[in-house]
Amino acid sequence: MAEQTEKINVTIDGKTIAVNPETTILNAARIIGGEVAPPAMCYYSSLEGSGGKCRTCLVEVSKGSEKDPRPMPDLVASCCTPVMDGMEVKNKTSERVNDARQGVVEFLLINHPLDCPICDQAGECHLQDLAFEHGLEKTRYEFKRRTFDKIDIGEYIKLHMTRCILCYRCVYTADQLTNKREHGVMKRGDAAEISTYIQNALDNDFIGNVIDVCPVGALTDKTFRFRSRVWYTKPMDAHRDCKKCSGRAVTWMIGDEIARITARKDQFGEVKEFICNECRFDKKEKTDWVIEGPRHIDRHSVISANKYEEPIPEHTPLLNKA
Amino acid sequence: MKEVGRITAQFPEGMQKSALLRVLHLAQAEFGWLSVPVMDYVARLLHLNPVEVYEVATFYSMYDTKPMGKVKLEVCRTGPCMIEGAERIVKYIEYKLGIKDSETTADGVFTLKTVECLGACGYAPMLQAGEKFHEHLTEAKVDELIEQYKANPVVNYMGM
Amino acid sequence: MARKLLLENAHIEGIHTYDVYRKNGGYRSVEKALKSMSPEDVVEEVKKSGLRGRGGAGFPTGMKWGFIAKPEGVPRHLLCNADESEPGTFKDRYLMEKIPHLLIEGMIVSSFALGANHSYIYIRGEYMYVLRILETAIAEAYANGWLGKNIMGSGFNLDLSVSPGAGAYICGEETALIESLEGKRGNPRMKPPFPAVRGLWQRPTVVNNVETIAAVVPIVNEGGDAYAQIGIGRSTGTKLISAGGNINKPGVYEIEMNITVEEFIYSDTYCGGIKNGKKLKACVPGGSSVPILPHYLVSKTAAGQDRLMTYESLSDGGFATGSMLGSGGFIVYDEDQCIVRNTWNFTRFYHHESCGQCSPCREGTGWMEKVLHRLENGHGKIEDIDLLWDIQRKIEGNTICPLGDAAAWPVASAIRHFREEFAWHVKEPKACLERNYGLVADRTFETVTA
Repeated sequence: MAEQTEKINVTIDGKTIAVNPETTILNAARIIGGEVAPPAMCYYSSLEGSGGKCRTCLVEVSKGSEKDPRPMPDLVASCCTPVMDGMEVKNKTSERVNDARQGVVEFLLINHPLDCPICDQAGECHLQDLAFEHGLEKTRYEFKRRTFDKIDIGEYIKLHMTRCILCYRCVYTADQLTNKREHGVMKRGDAAEISTYIQNALDNDFIGNVIDVCPVGALTDKTFRFRSRVWYTKPMDAHRDCKKCSGRAVTWMIGDEIARITARKDQFGEVKEFICNECRFDKKEKTDWVIEGPRHIDRHSVISANKYEEPIPEHTPLLNKA
Repeated sequence: MKEVGRITAQFPEGMQKSALLRVLHLAQAEFGWLSVPVMDYVARLLHLNPVEVYEVATFYSMYDTKPMGKVKLEVCRTGPCMIEGAERIVKYIEYKLGIKDSETTADGVFTLKTVECLGACGYAPMLQAGEKFHEHLTEAKVDELIEQYKANPVVNYMGM
Repeated sequence: MARKLLLENAHIEGIHTYDVYRKNGGYRSVEKALKSMSPEDVVEEVKKSGLRGRGGAGFPTGMKWGFIAKPEGVPRHLLCNADESEPGTFKDRYLMEKIPHLLIEGMIVSSFALGANHSYIYIRGEYMYVLRILETAIAEAYANGWLGKNIMGSGFNLDLSVSPGAGAYICGEETALIESLEGKRGNPRMKPPFPAVRGLWQRPTVVNNVETIAAVVPIVNEGGDAYAQIGIGRSTGTKLISAGGNINKPGVYEIEMNITVEEFIYSDTYCGGIKNGKKLKACVPGGSSVPILPHYLVSKTAAGQDRLMTYESLSDGGFATGSMLGSGGFIVYDEDQCIVRNTWNFTRFYHHESCGQCSPCREGTGWMEKVLHRLENGHGKIEDIDLLWDIQRKIEGNTICPLGDAAAWPVASAIRHFREEFAWHVKEPKACLERNYGLVADRTFETVTA
């Protein structure tokens, strides 16, 4: 039997939990759950190298560890800071954190088009949620916003760079899920953009997952664009036999029709099982799928007002796994 | 090509990507600017995915992804140079050459670029042409430089 | 006369060549270290010397070296940071251009101390001609047996290469430098892990500034204790200061860290006073990112003590009334200079140089630049001053790397000490424009804009 690793204690917003060493503050907080878990726009647990960039998950470490109780002078990105035994962290309970997070939200929004009314991501947009919870009511930015042209990157995916917050998740996805990355981050600073540079089409088998990992409406499903608001569709867990992927997905229904297909996301908006392009884009007939039942979307945003949601008969094992 | 081999050999086996920045300097010196075919060529040389080359080429300010004049006059515009009159020098060059910042003269000889600190703050104002630093600039010195490069539009460019 | 440890021989004709350098005592420290010292002995001398990183942060070098991980069978690397790009700083270029073998000698001894067998000098791409000087010197060092296999029969092997950047201030940040040396975009890495554990190609790595590495040579030659006797308190040894701005004698000076700022600015040995008999308005003592000091805090601290050219004295009073020694990029402003214009200029620099990875720096630097540009050009509002203050406050400390702080500090300190000048730009935009327009105006300019 594998040796049990010694667990260490960390206290976040007054709640103590024992976790494995090397666990990040963010993941410890997610285990505690609820309000204790900081928001994260760029970190994605299944994508290696992700995190640290958006700065929304900043927390205050008021006690470094049992051994060295000194507080950390600066706020730290909880997604890439490992816990120490006896560490004490403040998230919601820290004025500094709330202030800094409000700042980050403002920074993320100054060049954002705020075109939610015409954005397909509205209703399941992490930036929308974040702004709702932490943002100011009024912008203090009085300059021209940065804009880019919308471009098609391949048959299925629309890139709306103006909405991008440069989380790099789609870059890691292409790097880690497909055999050849065709897009990346070009230029630098606030001119940086996601691009193929040569207007290449992204057509790798698993490239459709960039849509699911995108926290905003920068990468959207062209087969679904403008078909419906997300909250008018009814998410159903569904599966099919697929040679390329697990075939486990969510079909978003309008009446009896499948409007779009996504991978299944956990309560933190993360996909644990990525799906292939065929499942996502080509299998739009109800007969392609075995519908398991309505999917509970555990979100605090607009979408949770989903009027179609019914009581869940039973959690699928997959949901519990998250 | 020999030079590429020499540069790559400075890095351990499998780490040839480390040679990328220098090889791009070489390529730019050879071809004048970094077009997509040039970058793709560099990618093949170093066994890289082309997008990795595009990402790097567009990140660093010394790489030109658009055609340039034969002589690039890069005038430092940062703090210490500014207070010593860099703006006046830029205006003067614009006036002399009839171009604005980032433009190239119609004859394709000069491109004017304003750049950030080049590490010559004590000898301001200054500009760089190719590898050469021209310091303590005055209008008379600019006149001289322009005449000199007009007569012989060759600079010792990066990487040569 | 002040002692010089680095630039003592810089004036000698031909010192950039191996023969002249060697004749003047060059490579003695390598002989001493490889023949009579263990790597630990060298680290110990550096610790004793109290040497602090000369790139800007001032972290004790010996301690940094002590952190390097030594897993069995994994190569370690020493990288020299020659990406000198902090506005106001041009000391490393001077040192490398004049006396390249000093850096190479320092690299050999330091690599020996760290157990590194392949070390790199990462130099900014704009210094390509200096790269060639270094490569020529390195070839000479190889030819004379100071580099390569089994140096001086000691069994120690060292290869040394120079690699260029390509125009990115951010690559002076050590993890961005490592990324760049790996042939990638200069995006700083998240820490932990620190380079001492996982740096270049995930191997244990130390990154030191040019001047830091050069200083190891006299430390090994004379001993750490002797080095520590120079200077005051924790500011030991000599420091290269690159002085620019409105002074009579701009240039690179090696100072003992015990002289006053007053002496540095006004003595003929150094800056030689303010140009054209003008009055001092302000001073940025350590490169563009450190807080600007108004004239009344330059010569004296808020407590009324003489301000010295040391780490401690320059930061005396914290950011409220002090600054930092930083990289030693010393910029002097006379009474005619506009602080708003200068702050806008610096902010444009940081905006231009932000890598764009993290949101506060990517978005905040550009926002600050736009607000400052508006203020400088007569379209500002009085609320802009507080807005700027708030933006910088939300950048500082909240970014991946210190570039965010570097962008925030100049803005914060300019508002702290020169708020009236910002307000003046709002209240009297025309007068300000005329004054500042005058800075660039002359006959030619008039002709152009007419």
